[in-house]
Amino acid sequence: MRGRSLPILLAMALAAPALADSMMPAAEYANTQLPDAAQEAEASALMHTLRCLVCQGQSIADSDAEMAGDMRALVRTRIAAGEKPEHIRAWLIERYGNWVSYAPPVEPVTWPLWAAPVALVGFGWLLARGRFRRRRG
Amino acid sequence: MASGLISPTDTQITSKMIGKPVPAFTLAAAVPERPGLSSAALAQGKPRLLNVFASWCIPCIAEAPVLMELKRRGVVIEGVAIRDRPQDLQQFLKRNGNPYASIGADPQSSVQFALGSSGVPESFVVDGKGIIRHQHIGDIRPEHIPGILAAIEAAR
Repeated sequence: MRGRSLPILLAMALAAPALADSMMPAAEYANTQLPDAAQEAEASALMHTLRCLVCQGQSIADSDAEMAGDMRALVRTRIAAGEKPEHIRAWLIERYGNWVSYAPPVEPVTWPLWAAPVALVGFGWLLARGRFRRRRG
Repeated sequence: MASGLISPTDTQITSKMIGKPVPAFTLAAAVPERPGLSSAALAQGKPRLLNVFASWCIPCIAEAPVLMELKRRGVVIEGVAIRDRPQDLQQFLKRNGNPYASIGADPQSSVQFALGSSGVPESFVVDGKGIIRHQHIGDIRPEHIPGILAAIEAAR
Protein backbone atom coordinates (compact mmCIF):
# COMPACT_ATOMS: atom_id res chain seq x y z
CA MET A 1 0.00 0.00 0.00
CA ARG A 2 2.68 2.39 1.13
CA GLY A 3 4.97 1.49 -1.75
CA ARG A 4 2.22 2.24 -4.21
CA SER A 5 1.06 5.56 -2.76
CA LEU A 6 4.54 7.08 -2.64
CA PRO A 7 4.95 7.56 -6.43
CA ILE A 8 1.44 9.00 -6.57
CA LEU A 9 2.22 11.46 -3.78
CA LEU A 10 5.47 12.38 -5.53
CA ALA A 11 3.63 12.93 -8.81
CA MET A 12 1.08 15.13 -7.05
CA ALA A 13 3.81 17.18 -5.41
CA LEU A 14 5.72 17.65 -8.66
CA ALA A 15 2.77 18.22 -11.01
CA ALA A 16 2.63 21.72 -12.40
CA PRO A 17 -0.84 23.25 -12.58
CA ALA A 18 -2.16 23.84 -16.11
CA LEU A 19 -2.01 27.59 -16.42
CA ALA A 20 -4.71 29.38 -18.34
CA ASP A 21 -2.72 32.58 -18.52
CA SER A 22 -0.70 34.10 -21.30
CA MET A 23 3.06 34.65 -21.30
CA MET A 24 2.62 38.39 -21.92
CA PRO A 25 3.25 40.93 -19.19
CA ALA A 26 0.29 42.93 -17.88
CA ALA A 27 -0.79 45.96 -19.90
CA GLU A 28 0.86 49.22 -18.88
CA TYR A 29 -2.20 50.65 -17.17
CA ALA A 30 -3.46 47.40 -15.69
CA ASN A 31 -1.62 47.95 -12.41
CA THR A 32 -0.25 51.48 -12.75
CA GLN A 33 -2.23 54.52 -11.68
CA LEU A 34 -2.76 57.44 -14.01
CA PRO A 35 -0.36 60.35 -13.30
CA ASP A 36 -3.30 62.75 -12.90
CA ALA A 37 -4.88 62.09 -9.47
CA ALA A 38 -8.31 63.39 -10.46
CA GLN A 39 -8.38 61.14 -13.54
CA GLU A 40 -7.21 58.16 -11.48
CA ALA A 41 -10.03 58.80 -8.98
CA GLU A 42 -12.55 58.82 -11.84
CA ALA A 43 -11.09 55.63 -13.32
CA SER A 44 -10.99 53.92 -9.93
CA ALA A 45 -14.63 54.77 -9.17
CA LEU A 46 -15.65 53.31 -12.53
CA MET A 47 -13.47 50.19 -12.15
CA HIS A 48 -15.11 49.40 -8.81
CA THR A 49 -18.51 49.25 -10.51
CA LEU A 50 -17.55 47.14 -13.53
CA ARG A 51 -17.85 43.38 -13.30
CA CYS A 52 -14.95 41.14 -14.21
CA LEU A 53 -15.97 38.95 -17.16
CA VAL A 54 -14.13 35.81 -16.09
CA CYS A 55 -14.41 36.06 -12.27
CA GLN A 56 -18.02 36.98 -12.09
CA GLY A 57 -18.32 37.87 -8.40
CA GLN A 58 -15.59 40.52 -8.49
CA SER A 59 -15.18 44.00 -9.86
CA ILE A 60 -12.32 44.58 -12.28
CA ALA A 61 -10.68 46.72 -9.58
CA ASP A 62 -10.50 43.71 -7.23
CA SER A 63 -9.61 40.95 -9.68
CA ASP A 64 -6.21 39.53 -10.50
CA ALA A 65 -7.44 37.95 -13.75
CA GLU A 66 -5.51 38.95 -16.85
CA MET A 67 -8.71 39.97 -18.58
CA ALA A 68 -9.62 42.26 -15.68
CA GLY A 69 -6.15 43.82 -16.03
CA ASP A 70 -6.81 44.48 -19.70
CA MET A 71 -10.19 46.01 -18.79
CA ARG A 72 -8.50 48.31 -16.26
CA ALA A 73 -6.03 49.32 -18.96
CA LEU A 74 -8.95 50.06 -21.28
CA VAL A 75 -10.70 52.18 -18.63
CA ARG A 76 -7.54 54.14 -17.68
CA THR A 77 -6.46 54.70 -21.30
CA ARG A 78 -9.89 56.06 -22.22
CA ILE A 79 -10.16 58.27 -19.12
CA ALA A 80 -6.67 59.63 -19.88
CA ALA A 81 -7.88 60.42 -23.41
CA GLY A 82 -10.66 62.53 -21.90
CA GLU A 83 -13.58 60.13 -22.20
CA LYS A 84 -16.35 60.38 -19.58
CA PRO A 85 -16.74 57.37 -17.24
CA GLU A 86 -20.44 56.95 -18.06
CA HIS A 87 -19.57 56.85 -21.76
CA ILE A 88 -17.13 53.99 -21.14
CA ARG A 89 -19.76 52.16 -19.06
CA ALA A 90 -22.29 52.60 -21.89
CA TRP A 91 -19.73 51.27 -24.40
CA LEU A 92 -19.27 48.10 -22.33
CA ILE A 93 -23.03 47.67 -21.71
CA GLU A 94 -23.57 47.91 -25.48
CA ARG A 95 -21.31 44.85 -25.80
CA TYR A 96 -21.98 42.76 -22.71
CA GLY A 97 -25.38 43.97 -21.51
CA ASN A 98 -26.28 45.50 -18.13
CA TRP A 99 -24.66 42.48 -16.56
CA VAL A 100 -21.20 44.05 -16.85
CA SER A 101 -22.15 47.02 -14.67
CA TYR A 102 -22.72 46.91 -10.90
CA ALA A 103 -24.79 50.11 -11.10
CA PRO A 104 -28.29 48.98 -12.11
CA PRO A 105 -30.04 51.35 -14.53
CA VAL A 106 -33.59 52.65 -13.92
CA GLU A 107 -35.66 50.81 -16.52
CA PRO A 108 -38.86 48.69 -16.56
CA VAL A 109 -37.03 45.44 -15.71
CA THR A 110 -35.37 46.94 -12.63
CA TRP A 111 -38.28 48.93 -11.20
CA PRO A 112 -39.00 46.38 -8.41
CA LEU A 113 -35.40 46.84 -7.30
CA TRP A 114 -35.93 50.58 -6.86
CA ALA A 115 -39.51 50.33 -5.59
CA ALA A 116 -38.83 47.57 -3.01
CA PRO A 117 -37.16 49.80 -0.36
CA VAL A 118 -39.99 52.35 -0.56
CA ALA A 119 -42.60 49.58 -0.34
CA LEU A 120 -40.81 47.93 2.62
CA VAL A 121 -40.53 51.22 4.55
CA GLY A 122 -44.23 51.87 3.87
CA PHE A 123 -45.15 48.38 5.10
CA GLY A 124 -43.02 48.84 8.23
CA TRP A 125 -44.68 52.16 8.95
CA LEU A 126 -48.14 50.58 8.70
CA LEU A 127 -47.06 47.72 10.98
CA ALA A 128 -45.58 50.10 13.56
CA ARG A 129 -48.65 52.32 13.47
CA GLY A 130 -50.90 49.30 14.16
CA ARG A 131 -48.80 48.26 17.17
CA PHE A 132 -48.64 51.72 18.76
CA ARG A 133 -52.39 52.18 18.37
CA ARG A 134 -53.10 48.92 20.20
CA ARG A 135 -50.81 49.89 23.08
CA ARG A 136 -52.56 53.20 23.56
CA GLY A 137 -55.97 51.52 23.63
CA MET B 1 -29.71 29.49 -2.76
CA ALA B 2 -31.26 26.00 -3.02
CA SER B 3 -32.77 26.83 -6.40
CA GLY B 4 -29.36 28.08 -7.51
CA LEU B 5 -27.86 24.75 -6.48
CA ILE B 6 -30.54 22.75 -8.29
CA SER B 7 -30.37 24.75 -11.51
CA PRO B 8 -27.30 26.96 -11.60
CA THR B 9 -27.66 30.14 -13.59
CA ASP B 10 -26.03 30.26 -16.99
CA THR B 11 -22.69 31.98 -16.58
CA GLN B 12 -22.08 32.41 -20.30
CA ILE B 13 -22.05 36.01 -21.40
CA THR B 14 -23.40 36.33 -24.90
CA SER B 15 -22.28 39.27 -26.98
CA LYS B 16 -24.87 41.96 -27.61
CA MET B 17 -23.11 42.73 -30.90
CA ILE B 18 -24.98 40.10 -32.91
CA GLY B 19 -26.81 41.84 -35.76
CA LYS B 20 -24.42 44.80 -35.56
CA PRO B 21 -21.39 45.61 -37.74
CA VAL B 22 -17.97 44.44 -36.61
CA PRO B 23 -16.45 47.41 -34.73
CA ALA B 24 -13.69 49.19 -36.65
CA PHE B 25 -10.22 47.85 -35.86
CA THR B 26 -6.82 47.22 -37.42
CA LEU B 27 -4.52 44.59 -35.96
CA ALA B 28 -0.91 43.95 -36.92
CA ALA B 29 0.17 40.50 -38.07
CA ALA B 30 0.59 38.12 -35.13
CA VAL B 31 3.02 35.87 -37.04
CA PRO B 32 5.14 36.63 -40.13
CA GLU B 33 3.49 33.81 -42.15
CA ARG B 34 0.04 35.42 -42.18
CA PRO B 35 -1.20 38.98 -42.74
CA GLY B 36 -2.79 40.99 -39.95
CA LEU B 37 -6.53 41.62 -39.77
CA SER B 38 -8.73 44.68 -40.06
CA SER B 39 -12.50 45.07 -39.81
CA ALA B 40 -12.54 46.24 -43.46
CA ALA B 41 -11.27 42.81 -44.55
CA LEU B 42 -14.36 41.26 -42.92
CA ALA B 43 -16.78 43.11 -45.24
CA GLN B 44 -15.69 41.89 -48.65
CA GLY B 45 -18.77 40.02 -49.82
CA LYS B 46 -18.06 36.59 -48.38
CA PRO B 47 -19.08 35.25 -44.96
CA ARG B 48 -16.21 34.42 -42.65
CA LEU B 49 -15.57 32.76 -39.34
CA LEU B 50 -13.79 35.10 -36.95
CA ASN B 51 -12.00 32.95 -34.37
CA VAL B 52 -10.77 34.53 -31.12
CA PHE B 53 -8.04 32.25 -29.76
CA ALA B 54 -4.63 32.06 -28.08
CA SER B 55 -1.67 29.70 -28.00
CA TRP B 56 -1.91 29.55 -24.18
CA CYS B 57 -5.57 28.50 -24.31
CA ILE B 58 -6.00 24.77 -23.74
CA PRO B 59 -9.49 24.29 -25.31
CA CYS B 60 -8.04 25.99 -28.42
CA ILE B 61 -5.85 22.92 -28.92
CA ALA B 62 -8.97 20.74 -28.92
CA GLU B 63 -10.66 23.12 -31.33
CA ALA B 64 -7.76 23.24 -33.83
CA PRO B 65 -8.54 20.02 -35.77
CA VAL B 66 -12.20 21.05 -36.04
CA LEU B 67 -11.16 24.40 -37.52
CA MET B 68 -8.94 22.52 -40.01
CA GLU B 69 -11.99 20.46 -41.01
CA LEU B 70 -14.10 23.64 -41.43
CA LYS B 71 -11.36 25.10 -43.61
CA ARG B 72 -11.32 21.90 -45.69
CA ARG B 73 -15.08 22.41 -46.20
CA GLY B 74 -14.48 25.89 -47.59
CA VAL B 75 -14.96 28.13 -44.56
CA VAL B 76 -12.67 31.18 -44.57
CA ILE B 77 -11.30 31.54 -41.03
CA GLU B 78 -9.74 34.76 -39.75
CA GLY B 79 -7.96 34.73 -36.39
CA VAL B 80 -7.56 37.18 -33.53
CA ALA B 81 -4.76 36.06 -31.21
CA ILE B 82 -5.27 37.31 -27.64
CA ARG B 83 -2.19 38.31 -25.60
CA ASP B 84 0.12 36.16 -27.67
CA ARG B 85 3.84 36.22 -28.45
CA PRO B 86 4.87 35.38 -32.05
CA GLN B 87 7.19 32.54 -30.98
CA ASP B 88 4.46 30.85 -28.87
CA LEU B 89 1.90 31.29 -31.61
CA GLN B 90 4.23 29.85 -34.28
CA GLN B 91 4.81 26.81 -32.12
CA PHE B 92 1.07 26.41 -31.54
CA LEU B 93 0.35 26.60 -35.29
CA LYS B 94 3.16 24.18 -36.11
CA ARG B 95 1.82 21.65 -33.65
CA ASN B 96 -1.93 22.06 -34.24
CA GLY B 97 -2.20 23.25 -37.85
CA ASN B 98 -2.90 26.68 -39.29
CA PRO B 99 -6.45 27.10 -40.63
CA TYR B 100 -6.24 30.91 -40.64
CA ALA B 101 -6.26 33.20 -43.68
CA SER B 102 -5.01 36.01 -41.46
CA ILE B 103 -4.14 36.43 -37.79
CA GLY B 104 -4.30 39.79 -36.04
CA ALA B 105 -2.42 40.31 -32.77
CA ASP B 106 -4.58 41.65 -29.93
CA PRO B 107 -2.01 42.13 -27.14
CA GLN B 108 -4.38 43.97 -24.76
CA SER B 109 -7.63 42.16 -25.62
CA SER B 110 -9.04 45.41 -27.00
CA VAL B 111 -10.67 43.86 -30.10
CA GLN B 112 -11.98 41.08 -27.90
CA PHE B 113 -13.76 43.68 -25.72
CA ALA B 114 -15.01 45.56 -28.80
CA LEU B 115 -16.61 42.33 -30.03
CA GLY B 116 -18.28 41.63 -26.68
CA SER B 117 -16.27 38.43 -26.29
CA SER B 118 -15.40 37.27 -22.79
CA GLY B 119 -13.01 34.39 -23.27
CA VAL B 120 -11.00 32.14 -25.55
CA PRO B 121 -11.91 30.42 -27.73
CA GLU B 122 -14.91 32.20 -29.15
CA SER B 123 -16.03 32.44 -32.77
CA PHE B 124 -18.23 34.83 -34.68
CA VAL B 125 -19.87 34.30 -38.08
CA VAL B 126 -19.58 37.57 -40.00
CA ASP B 127 -21.55 38.06 -43.22
CA GLY B 128 -20.21 39.62 -46.45
CA LYS B 129 -21.26 43.10 -45.33
CA GLY B 130 -19.33 42.83 -42.08
CA ILE B 131 -22.40 42.24 -39.87
CA ILE B 132 -21.95 39.81 -36.95
CA ARG B 133 -24.52 37.03 -37.44
CA HIS B 134 -23.68 34.34 -34.92
CA GLN B 135 -21.56 33.76 -31.83
CA HIS B 136 -20.15 30.45 -30.65
CA ILE B 137 -18.83 30.49 -27.08
CA GLY B 138 -16.16 27.92 -26.21
CA ASP B 139 -14.37 25.46 -28.47
CA ILE B 140 -16.10 24.34 -31.64
CA ARG B 141 -16.39 20.54 -31.36
CA PRO B 142 -17.07 18.04 -34.17
CA GLU B 143 -20.78 18.01 -33.24
CA HIS B 144 -20.97 21.79 -33.80
CA ILE B 145 -19.75 21.61 -37.43
CA PRO B 146 -23.26 21.36 -39.00
CA GLY B 147 -24.45 24.35 -36.93
CA ILE B 148 -21.45 26.48 -37.92
CA LEU B 149 -21.80 25.53 -41.61
CA ALA B 150 -25.52 26.41 -41.43
CA ALA B 151 -24.72 29.79 -39.86
CA ILE B 152 -22.15 30.46 -42.62
CA GLU B 153 -24.71 29.43 -45.26
CA ALA B 154 -27.37 31.67 -43.69
CA ALA B 155 -24.91 34.59 -43.76
CA ARG B 156 -24.40 34.28 -47.53
